[in-house]
Amino acid sequence: MTEAAVPRFWREIPQRYNLIGNQCEICNKVYFPPREACPYCRRKSMGKMKDIKFSGKGTVITYTIIHDAPENFEGQAPYPIAIIQLDEGPKLTAQIVDCKLEDVKIGMKVKSTFRKIQEDGYIGAIYYGYKFKPAGEEK
Amino acid sequence: MRDVAIIGIGVTKFGELWDKSFRNLIAEAGAKAIIDSGISGNEIDALYIGSMSAGRFVGQEHVGALVADSSGFTHLHIPSTRVEAACASGGLAFRQAYMSVASATHDIVVVGGIEKMTDVVESEATNILAMGLDQEWESFFGVTFPGVYAMIATKHMHDYGTTREQLAQVAVKNHANGALNPNAQFKKAIPLENVIKAPIIASPLGMLDCSPLSDGAAAVVICAADLAKKYTQKPIKIIGSGQASDMFPVHGREKICTFQSTVHAAKKAYKQANIEPKDIDLAEVHDCFTIAEILAIEDLGFVKKGEGGKAIENKITTLDGSLPVNTSGGLKAKGHPIGATGISQIAEIVMQLRGQADKRQVKDAKIGLTHNVGASGATCVVHILEAM
Repeated sequence: MTEAAVPRFWREIPQRYNLIGNQCEICNKVYFPPREACPYCRRKSMGKMKDIKFSGKGTVITYTIIHDAPENFEGQAPYPIAIIQLDEGPKLTAQIVDCKLEDVKIGMKVKSTFRKIQEDGYIGAIYYGYKFKPAGEEK
Repeated sequence: MRDVAIIGIGVTKFGELWDKSFRNLIAEAGAKAIIDSGISGNEIDALYIGSMSAGRFVGQEHVGALVADSSGFTHLHIPSTRVEAACASGGLAFRQAYMSVASATHDIVVVGGIEKMTDVVESEATNILAMGLDQEWESFFGVTFPGVYAMIATKHMHDYGTTREQLAQVAVKNHANGALNPNAQFKKAIPLENVIKAPIIASPLGMLDCSPLSDGAAAVVICAADLAKKYTQKPIKIIGSGQASDMFPVHGREKICTFQSTVHAAKKAYKQANIEPKDIDLAEVHDCFTIAEILAIEDLGFVKKGEGGKAIENKITTLDGSLPVNTSGGLKAKGHPIGATGISQIAEIVMQLRGQADKRQVKDAKIGLTHNVGASGATCVVHILEAM
């Protein structure tokens, strides 16, 4: 990623820290990340997109173990990363933590947890956001 | 819309070309294509250039005009347009050029594709490639470009029983073809064990499931079909052109193992050409990773969804199979200088349809297809070519 100014990250804080998405008040479809307009209701939904907080519960749809990591993630490799479907419907991409690499499986139930995502070198910003861990294991 | 034909092709060697610059490479490919076509430089009406990230790879933007200058056409003051769609930049540039001639805006156009990827260190090149993904909602969380395709591979194996060996066989086949292509980055056949034992990049994909970082350029000359015979005895007609888009991040898609961009681009191209997938004699498809070739042959309608792995195993797509795929060696062995890839696919099909593909010539090839994908499938462009 390019060297970014701080607003690029703080404007995403609600979504990345608290899983805030939105819902179209016309058709009730939910979106993560939030959309300016509902792709189905379009102009009718303008101004009628309501913020909602997702439960953080979801299911692993597919995954990989990253061995060759980008610079900002080098210290974390190897790490599992998955496409997760939230119980409310939308899918997202996130790391799986608090779990052995070999225990990550398609269909496993997971829940979100707030973690450090990456460090922008030694002197750059530290970025936080969601990762997911096996459901039912409070730590 | 009027008919458009390809009358000239030019391709540089692909690989780590440390002694060649961005400017050298595109000028070489362009000159080869123009000489091959038999036109005079003064007849060119416009240039189109596909390049994913000249700005990041060589620190140079505004490359449309730069290419016109490097190629020696500044005195003509012709329009020169740069086109970007990540790894589909070349295919899209070709389609823009095609539409400009089909619409009778231009009569003769040169379209080139280029990427100079080894002027930055390898980690930076990998970062730049990943910029084709969703930076805010994929890359930010630590998924890499191979990682996205690896997640598709995991799902394909889970849902359809595709095996590690079937994935590896894509690389084995494409290296065998690359060994017959003098311009390929890897002119070397590799055994199955080497692919399977290669270091893991993102499971299940290893080093030899991934296309390499490459330098290279390719160019073609196109013109109105009724002018083509004036220049060449073997013009190749563009009979179908389709482009489509899909949800930007892979996780946004309902079906992880289908590129709807490919499905829709192909549907448009088949309809225009008035043919079906079974009429295609050979195809150059976008195998940036081994799993991508399996998705491609499914989404293009050559085999049913889920049967791509089996088709590879049954050698349907080898050089002597019923539908040869990636006779050039594909992105895997020929190399993948991003912007050049889509144009080099066109050049390979033209060579095959002209009967000039030498040791990798497919017998009686009449209709060929090219399939060029942007990053993880949010863009796809398909072309169908036929000997006139």
